[in-house]
Amino acid sequence: MTEAVKKTVYSVCAMCTVRCPIEIEVENNQVKKIWGNPHVLGGRYLCPRGAAGKVFENDTERLQHPMMRVGERGEGKWRKVTWEEALDYVAEKLNKIREEYGGESIVLGDRGGGFTDMQKAFIKALGSPNYFNHHGACSNSVHNAHNAIAGHRRNTVSYDYKNCRYIVLYGRNMLESIGTKEAKDFIDALERGMKFTHIDTRWNYTAAKSHRFLVIRPGTDYAFNLALINVILKEKLYDAEFVERWVLGLRELEEFIVPYTPEWAEKETGIPAKEIVAVAHEVSSHKPAVIFNQGWMTAWTETDYYFRRSIYILTALMGAYEAKGGLLFNKGEAAAGYKPVKMLASLPPAVKAKRFDGVGWKYKHLSADYGLAQMLPHAILNEDPYPVKAFICYRFDPLSSFPDPEAYLEGLKKLDLLVSIDVNYSHIGWYADVILPEATYLERTDPVLVKKGAKPALWLRRQAVEPKYDSKPKWWIFKQLADRLGIGEYFPYNTIEELIQWQLQDTGISLSDFDAKGIVQLSDKEILWDRESGLKFNTPSGKIELVSSMLEDNGIPSFPPYESPKSPPEGHYRLLTGKIAVHTQGTSLNNLYLNEIQSENTLWINSTEAKKLGIKTGDLVEVSANGVKHTIKASVTDYIHPEAVYTLHGYGREIPLQTRAYKKGMRDNIFMKGLLKVAIGGNCPITDCFVRVRKVS
Amino acid sequence: MSDYYIYQDQNRCIGCRACELHCKTQNDVTVGASFGKIIPVGPRVVGGVPRMQFIFMPCFHCEQPWCVSACPTGAMSRREKDGIVSVNPETCIGCKACITACPWGAVQWNPKIGRVFKCDYCKDRIDEGLEPACVTGCTTAALKWVSPSDSSADRRKKFAAKIAKNKPV
Repeated sequence: MTEAVKKTVYSVCAMCTVRCPIEIEVENNQVKKIWGNPHVLGGRYLCPRGAAGKVFENDTERLQHPMMRVGERGEGKWRKVTWEEALDYVAEKLNKIREEYGGESIVLGDRGGGFTDMQKAFIKALGSPNYFNHHGACSNSVHNAHNAIAGHRRNTVSYDYKNCRYIVLYGRNMLESIGTKEAKDFIDALERGMKFTHIDTRWNYTAAKSHRFLVIRPGTDYAFNLALINVILKEKLYDAEFVERWVLGLRELEEFIVPYTPEWAEKETGIPAKEIVAVAHEVSSHKPAVIFNQGWMTAWTETDYYFRRSIYILTALMGAYEAKGGLLFNKGEAAAGYKPVKMLASLPPAVKAKRFDGVGWKYKHLSADYGLAQMLPHAILNEDPYPVKAFICYRFDPLSSFPDPEAYLEGLKKLDLLVSIDVNYSHIGWYADVILPEATYLERTDPVLVKKGAKPALWLRRQAVEPKYDSKPKWWIFKQLADRLGIGEYFPYNTIEELIQWQLQDTGISLSDFDAKGIVQLSDKEILWDRESGLKFNTPSGKIELVSSMLEDNGIPSFPPYESPKSPPEGHYRLLTGKIAVHTQGTSLNNLYLNEIQSENTLWINSTEAKKLGIKTGDLVEVSANGVKHTIKASVTDYIHPEAVYTLHGYGREIPLQTRAYKKGMRDNIFMKGLLKVAIGGNCPITDCFVRVRKVS
Repeated sequence: MSDYYIYQDQNRCIGCRACELHCKTQNDVTVGASFGKIIPVGPRVVGGVPRMQFIFMPCFHCEQPWCVSACPTGAMSRREKDGIVSVNPETCIGCKACITACPWGAVQWNPKIGRVFKCDYCKDRIDEGLEPACVTGCTTAALKWVSPSDSSADRRKKFAAKIAKNKPV
């Protein structure tokens, strides 16, 4: 018997976009086991999705070779083609579109996150300003809110769980919608004695670990926070020194907040005034080591933006910025004394054309880093502000994540070219002209990732095994396209090793430095800025602007009067969606082992409402809205607000080739008619969807 | 009870099922079977908050395993050196007597080969000085690989600390 060839590879997971550091055991070019990277995490901890990466790799029901559409869009008739043919076709079409309509008529969308540099470089090199990602259906409101008030983003700060003494979560299902390190840090903090208030429209496993669990009327979290601010200002519980030094607009806030008392908020939220006062007192007594969690998926309502602003106002009032146990600013290479890692997107010349989605001209307060994917169908159909003819969609599925896929498709059908680059089958891929299969995260090396934080580091996703099928790594796909489009000069490499060498050129770090631990730590110690003189708020004033000059300049009030969210009409419920630990929305539903644990979703409904409708757990119910109907099994519970029903997001996959997930459960976004909107935070108001529920007899 | 024990800290467990996935991917367990399983129990209101218990059910590796007594061929056996109970697929005849015998439902059916299979605490890993996959990969380090007496000692210590914290004398 020949000895098995074994190796250990350190890399970065891609089963979801948390991107946890992993250790891969490889035997004879097969993935044998995936663990968390102990050099980063202190142990081999890894969430169930990460562990299930092995069966994803071995799955036959994923993209295996380039495919070109034969029948009508969405008909599901495909032709297996060579890379040569697929790339030539895409390049030829793009060249023609670029010549006829200009570079800006080509748009590129992706999932966002750490690995976006190459996509940004590619679209910029084509002369298009139109990069966007999924955040319009996710966290646009929180990013944009933090940007206006403090010149930051959600992800330019991190949570110091290690030292936090009190945390408030607003519907952030930390222990089911998990990242490995965050979940473990959170549990460590609870074990250490951190106090924890959980506010949610429904109970979940996170609420089950809280010290105080408050069920809130959907969409009224802002009212809760206003009352907290009211108590904190009235009783002068804030960090006066920090506020004096770093906060502008306290007087305006004091004037604005007067009517928003705990008693007022009780009527609005359903949470007793005394509970709100208690939270205000508790949190203040632990300041500044407190966290008001910013949220993850924050595309909730039309006014979510103002709710997110209130989170930062509270953070500022508690002096929790750059405080031990609060929100720490993320630091990069420079803060650790290194020259920056080079980025491809810095190479192509700046693009002058205005964006298709209105960001920067119609919506001056919204960031082009995320864009507005929800505007794409409108732009295509109306050629407003100009013709959009080609969409390159990289590992992103707006037909799953955005409301109203039918309306989205209307736009997509009018495109001259729709390309999907992905590792998985997706709803949008199913309607594409060309599908380019990317090698999986276990089969490819990606460019270096700068992991900013209090302790910045460089991370590397590294190839562990040879591709199982005829798929290619991202760096190769974009390089091949770039060469065919005459923009190859902006992709100065022939191999991924050359690209990484180029990226690291000025840092003094080399590829082999990643061998031992998988990452290169840029600083051994936490880098903390001086709270008296060193905080960097990237607003015009350099301070936290409660009255935001960026908003005021654009005619947007910083403190508009509170608007109460609509209550659903009789017999209707607000449709809320969420996640569990074993699934990454739709993308993991077809995974052999994850599907085994949770193959379908159910509809949670409040027990009092269920009684009225004669519904018991396990009954089949019909959910309907705007002419769309679907049946699903009910889960009756005491622990959901009576105005809401809830289901897991991502189910009801409609791709026949994914046999385990095909038509299992209910697809949530089909009910969300008319919600491809731009709310003030740049988000779709995804929870503004009211459905009728009735028992199927 | 073998020389080993998997201690599950309920305060740390989040019911994420990583233990199940690490087990299944380590042992290539077929769909429908699971060597170790999290059984969520609850919610039950304690101190005003609905709480959950996530009960981890691997094989307990009994001191006097009923599955071993029930096995007609000796395929199911208890390892002398440390008490790990495992099944030899070569001599298992697929009669399922062990499935009937085990009070905990630990023995699983492998339809691919028509034999039973079960949790063996990842004994190949144990023999290499490692810990079982479920313990190693647990997201929040809620599972701990200990000796039965360590577990009792640890539980006592935690309980004492809790009393001291909650009810200062």
